[in-house]
Amino acid sequence: MMTTLGTVADVVAAVCFLSGSFLAFAAGLGALRFPDLAARMHAGTKPQTLGLILVLIGLGLRLRSGGAVWALVLVAIFAMLTAPVAAHLVGRAGHRTGRMPAESLVVDELAHDTRMANDDADDEQR
Amino acid sequence: MRRRRVQWWSALWLAAVWMLLWGDISVANALVGLVVGALVTLTLRMAPMDFHGKVRPLGLLRLLTRFAVDLVRGSFEVAMIALRFGYQPQGAVIGVRLRSHSDLYLTLTAELCTLVPGSVVIDAHRLTGTLYLHVLDVSHSGGLEAARQHVLDQEERVLRALASDAELAEAGLTEAKQGVGS
Repeated sequence: MMTTLGTVADVVAAVCFLSGSFLAFAAGLGALRFPDLAARMHAGTKPQTLGLILVLIGLGLRLRSGGAVWALVLVAIFAMLTAPVAAHLVGRAGHRTGRMPAESLVVDELAHDTRMANDDADDEQR
Repeated sequence: MRRRRVQWWSALWLAAVWMLLWGDISVANALVGLVVGALVTLTLRMAPMDFHGKVRPLGLLRLLTRFAVDLVRGSFEVAMIALRFGYQPQGAVIGVRLRSHSDLYLTLTAELCTLVPGSVVIDAHRLTGTLYLHVLDVSHSGGLEAARQHVLDQEERVLRALASDAELAEAGLTEAKQGVGS
């Protein structure tokens, strides 16, 4: 009984490892291949986070012992909490320093709104 | 303002982190974690989170399951676009004005939107409650309006999970359940 359960857990763990590393690989490929900074941040947040979580699940299924597994849960929670914040900060800095060329975007409502706000401020100064 | 009070929710969260780090779930460890959490929140004070809502279990469950599904979908969509060689995604930056005016819901919506299909938050304007998001591939997301609606649906799920009746009414969402799915 124990061994069948163990085999099932091992197989599921293997599937998690493989799909997790596939996603991490795709994330790396996206970061290399995408045209601009913002698009690269997509690769760095979504497939990267899920890939990490899948690898952690696989690890948890393989270890199967209390202590270490809880630490893995913690890693997953913090990865999900911090990845969007990091992407936000990099994206914001990139946008403000003009690293998102207008020609790679269909529309840029942030640049438009910022221009409008600056125009208003100019009007008030006059 | 500078009153030294234990922020119990933060202390509880820190106690949970403490227990997970030790990998030992016992009463003694929980008590030690609570003491450490209380000490940390007393000495390193964070701006208090202003939460006037109420937790709705059903709404929360829907938010979390939908988020899990979206995370998987979003990851594979980005992975597929990355693997389609020779294909350049057409991005856009859109501004979405949220209906609620709470820092907490703005933050939660922003965090969740970054992990689900199609969007990464670039900037947030707190006064007007506007989120600026980068859409990876406009045609893949079904156009700009669909991407905008996606963010608003996400916000609606957050509000339905956590907001009070008054906050829901203020955001123009009635108690009656409307179609949230897209």
